[in-house]
Amino acid sequence: MNILVCLKQTFDTEARIVLEDGRIKEDGVQFVINPYDEYAVEEAIALKERFDGVVTVISIGPARVDEAVRTALAMGADEAVIVDDPAAFGDEFTASTVLAATIKSRPYDLILAGNQAVDDGSGQVALRTAELLGIAHIGVVTKLSVEDGRVTAERDAEGDTEIVEAALPVMVTAQQGLNEPRYPSLIGIRKAAKKPVERLTLADLGLSAETVAPRAQIVETFLPPAKGSGRVLEGDTAARVAELVSELRQTSKVL
Amino acid sequence: MADRERGGAFFVAGTSPEEIFTPEDFTDEHKMIAKTTLDFVEGEVLPVADQLEHQDWELTQRLLRKAGELGLLASDVPEAYEGLALDKVSSSLIGEAMSHAGSFALSHGAHVGIGSLPIIFFGTDEQKKKYLPDLASGAKFAAYALTEPGSGSDALGARTTAKLSADGKSYILNGQKQYITNSAFADVFIVYAKIDGEHFSAFIVERGYPGVSTGPEEKKMGIKASSTRPLILEDVHVPVENLLGEKGRGHVIAFNILNIGRYKLAVGAVGGSKVALQTAVKYAKTREQFKQPIANFPLIQGKIADMQTKLFVAETIAYRTTGAIDAALTEVDLTGEKGGQVAAKAIAEFAIECSINKVFGSEMLDFVVDEGVQIHGGAGFIQDYPIERMYRDSRINRIFEGTNEINRLLIPGTLLKMAMKGEVALLQAAGQVQSELLGMIEPADEQAPLGKEVHAVEMTRKLFLAVGGMAVQTYGQKIEREQEVLANLADIGIALYAMESVLLRAQKAAQSNKGDAALQSDMVQLFVAQTFPQVELLARDTVAVMQEGDDLKMSLAMVRKLTKYTPTNTVALKRRIAKRVLEAEQYLA
Ligand SMILES: Cc1cc2nc3c(=O)[nH]c(=O)nc-3n(C[C@H](O)[C@H](O)[C@H](O)COP(=O)(O)OP(=O)(O)OC[C@H]3O[C@@H](n4cnc5c(N)ncnc54)[C@H](O)[C@@H]3O)c2cc1C
Repeated sequence: MNILVCLKQTFDTEARIVLEDGRIKEDGVQFVINPYDEYAVEEAIALKERFDGVVTVISIGPARVDEAVRTALAMGADEAVIVDDPAAFGDEFTASTVLAATIKSRPYDLILAGNQAVDDGSGQVALRTAELLGIAHIGVVTKLSVEDGRVTAERDAEGDTEIVEAALPVMVTAQQGLNEPRYPSLIGIRKAAKKPVERLTLADLGLSAETVAPRAQIVETFLPPAKGSGRVLEGDTAARVAELVSELRQTSKVL
Repeated sequence: MADRERGGAFFVAGTSPEEIFTPEDFTDEHKMIAKTTLDFVEGEVLPVADQLEHQDWELTQRLLRKAGELGLLASDVPEAYEGLALDKVSSSLIGEAMSHAGSFALSHGAHVGIGSLPIIFFGTDEQKKKYLPDLASGAKFAAYALTEPGSGSDALGARTTAKLSADGKSYILNGQKQYITNSAFADVFIVYAKIDGEHFSAFIVERGYPGVSTGPEEKKMGIKASSTRPLILEDVHVPVENLLGEKGRGHVIAFNILNIGRYKLAVGAVGGSKVALQTAVKYAKTREQFKQPIANFPLIQGKIADMQTKLFVAETIAYRTTGAIDAALTEVDLTGEKGGQVAAKAIAEFAIECSINKVFGSEMLDFVVDEGVQIHGGAGFIQDYPIERMYRDSRINRIFEGTNEINRLLIPGTLLKMAMKGEVALLQAAGQVQSELLGMIEPADEQAPLGKEVHAVEMTRKLFLAVGGMAVQTYGQKIEREQEVLANLADIGIALYAMESVLLRAQKAAQSNKGDAALQSDMVQLFVAQTFPQVELLARDTVAVMQEGDDLKMSLAMVRKLTKYTPTNTVALKRRIAKRVLEAEQYLA
């Protein structure tokens, strides 16, 4: 079974976000595998251990992405492809176009990805990639089984669980709860150093900067306003209700 | 890398930044190993820290076995015995990351370190085959039993005896060991005993042998998640095959294992201090007094800057030494049955550096946790706050692996031995300094980056050689009795290694664009400003012990000549350093 995993390197979830000249500062920040993608990696390795096969990790990003990819290899993935080309770093359109082009020429039965990235949180890239590849997708999956060329998945559906079946090949995105990702063992880390990592540019994929140019534009980046201290309303109930309504109308403008 | 660093060479000559190993040289593999260990600690150990603190030894063993599955017990074990044979920087990084787990780290450290290393270095092929695969996987755990009620610092004064049985098949051991880490659950003990009450030797003793038992758990001040009990040996028949190393050569094993224990202790102190600093910084940012976070107050910032800076120094020397040991190990042939002994010998070249790390690391940790408590105010004295435990856990580090007094005595003592054997050109260097002192001393180039600090390091080296040379001339063979002079020399030596190492690291960071060169430069300036005046004081005091009258006056003039130094604005430095730590909410370099 050939399994592909789309993996993004993101800020550590505990990293402090600092803005400098309207951009997020990257120095001194710990980068990790996007936690949802880590579930995807674990699921892929567990399936490989059951069915045999090859797990290939695909990532888009600059040189630092290597660390995340090596970690996936140390967990047990077999090989990796990194698209390292500044023109490939854009919005969801760019990412899905680049991923689809990378995947198109490769054999695959199953593609796994995280249901969203913890940094921009769009939840679009995997699904758009599936659309571009013309395959089905099942999103936000908490349980997955594969049998005789079919998958059965349990997915989060607004608090309920939906059970979905599909034929391979299919794109599945992982939700928290799908599994408990393993730690890369020291043996795994050592083996990872020798596993193949292919580095591609847009030209290698037959794409150009124009064809993948982002469709969305970031107009402004800002931090949420600091939380001020609260205010306790005083007086009898009627007075407090009246004041609350007027506050909600005038100050926070939610009514 | 040009030439590799030689043990003790820093006493006689400077070196270039490229020649030392620094944390900026960690490879991706090193970082991943550290990350796996930290993830293990955060995911598996910290959630049950409380239970471990209450001495659930079943849980300790389960976690150790889990660590074994990840390979965290196998880093020093050769591949031929199912280990990973990683470099020492990797095992140091594992040790550092483990120390984020509180004193569970000692259960791990004693097992992989003093427990397993005697067999790794000195075992026969049969002994290694029999024990190492199980120790590397976590199927069995190890402990190290050297100390006795009557012999601690004087380790060779052990009273435990071994006698060959009538059939010649076993040694019969009798005696009692004290304060043995991991004794609640260890399967294998490395026990030192004197054959016929005379020949100090090491044995591999299995817990299952009849006559082996442990006493009750000691009630300790700290490190409660680590087991400490007496080990009792009553007519224990140990098969002759379990004699470790040669009869009467146990001291070689004991001292070599201590070398490693010492730099590993320093690395653990670095990890523990990083947690303490982070805990204190987070507290300082949330605790408000006078309507503002206490982190705003310059005196609190000063503490944070001092904690961060001392930590930076300890980290730098720990990895400089570890890297130097790795470089020495790549030069020797570690294969074959004697490979282990060859490795131990290569490591012994750095015995002085190991002692320096032990002393500096343990005292740095004590400083950091102490200021950590102070930043917490009354809360620091209350057990609900983790800093309280860190404070208690720290104290043992100045005592075990050779007390800091013993390690201070060892620094000049070992250096003299190395000089005698021609391993360090000490006498030549001391002679040269004497003649240099008659002439002009080039002043510091205060315009050059870190020019004052470069000068201070060079002058400290000269002071060490001048005062040390004087001590050897004054006392000759009897210098051993002059413990105060030896300890002062040790402190100058520690200051030299520490200042030189951070200076070289900052220079290397600036050249290579790795690490935070600006912050490192600030820390070097602060540390030298705080340390160099102490060196002067130590030198003056020591000279005054040995001389009087005109001789003393002349020598003090010499000290003055070498210690000219324009004071630095340490307040500005501290505020800048603290700002960075407060922003990052953790140690950084
Ligand atoms: C929690 C814990 C765990 C331990 N784990 C182990 C273990 O796993 N295996 C093991 O073998 N041991 C272990 N030890 C023992 C430890 O190594 C010794 O306690 C230590 O070496 C000091 O020996 P001592 O306690 O006998 O002190 P002493 O040797 O009695 O020292 C008392 C004081 O005298 C000073 N002193 C001693 N000799 C001199 C001298 N020549 N000159 C100047 N000052 C001197 C010392 O520095 C110290 O300040 C452990 C101890 C503790 C508390």
